[in-house]
Amino acid sequence: MNEAAETLEAILGRIPYARFLGLRAELAGDEMTAIMPFAEHLIGNPLLPALHGGVTGAFMELTAMAQLAIVERRPRLPRPIGVTVQYLRSGRPLTTYARAQIKKAGRRIANVHVEAWQETRAAPIASLHAHFLLSQIEEN
Amino acid sequence: MSQPPIADLLDRLVSSSPHTHALGLSLVSVEGDLVTLRAPYREDLVGDPDTKVLAGGVVTAVLDHACGMAVWAAMNRFTSIATLDLRIDYMRPAKPGLALMAQARCYKLTRSVAFVRAWAYDEDPEDPVAAAQSAFMLDSDAGRKPGANLRPSSTEAGA
Repeated sequence: MNEAAETLEAILGRIPYARFLGLRAELAGDEMTAIMPFAEHLIGNPLLPALHGGVTGAFMELTAMAQLAIVERRPRLPRPIGVTVQYLRSGRPLTTYARAQIKKAGRRIANVHVEAWQETRAAPIASLHAHFLLSQIEEN
Repeated sequence: MSQPPIADLLDRLVSSSPHTHALGLSLVSVEGDLVTLRAPYREDLVGDPDTKVLAGGVVTAVLDHACGMAVWAAMNRFTSIATLDLRIDYMRPAKPGLALMAQARCYKLTRSVAFVRAWAYDEDPEDPVAAAQSAFMLDSDAGRKPGANLRPSSTEAGA
C-alpha cells in the first residue's frame, strides 16, 4: 500500500463522523473519489425522499479534508475556516460521489473546491468552496 | 411568553427527518421568529479523534436544519423547502462533551426565497462556535409527487 492509500485509510478509519456517514473512498494516484452509499439515516425530506442538505455539505467538507490530508503532509487534520455550499439538484436516495480540487495550499491556508454527483458526473447535485487552516510543519 | 401555533408543528418536524433523528436533534424553543435547536454531544459524531471535537459536518447539518426551521417559523406554516446556498464560518472548535446549540432567524421572506442567519454555540450565545447565512427555495416540491426521487432519472437528472 502506498503512502496516499495509508493516509486515506487512517483518516476514514479514525474519524467517527466519517463512519457515521458511511464514507468510503477510492484513489487514482493521489486523486481521491469519496463515496457515500445511500442509507436511510441520510434523508432530510422523507416525502421525495431527498438527502439532507447538511449531509451533502458535510460529505463534501470531509472530501476536501481527506484530499488535503493526502496531498499536504501535515501533523494534524486541516480545520475548516469557512465553507460555502451551493445546492444544484435534489440529492436522490442513491450513492453520492465527490472529488476535491486543491486550488491553493499555502503555508497556513488552503482553498479547496469540491463537486458532488450521483448518476451523472456532468449533472452535479452540489458544490463546495472552502478555506482550511493547515497545521504547521515543525521547523528546527 | 405565548408560543405561536407553529411551535407544536416544529416540535414534531425537528425529528421527523431520518437524519435529524439520527443526530438526536431536539427543539429547545421558538420565541417569535427565533428558533433554537440542540444537538447532544456524541462520540460517534467526532471529527478529529485527537481533540474529540465534533465534526464540522455536524455543525453544518445542525445549522442547516435550524435555518430551515426558522423559515417555517417565519411563514407560520409548513411548506417544502430546499437549501439553495449555505455559508458557514467556523470561529472556534466546539468544546468536547458539550451539547451544540443552534439559533436561527429568517430575516426576509419573498414569494420564492427565504433568507436566514444562524449561530451555533456551546455555552454562551455571545461566544459562537460558528455562524451561518443561507437562502432557501420555498415550495421546493411543487409539481413533484411524493416519491418523485425514487423514479429513474430523466435525461436531465433531478432538474
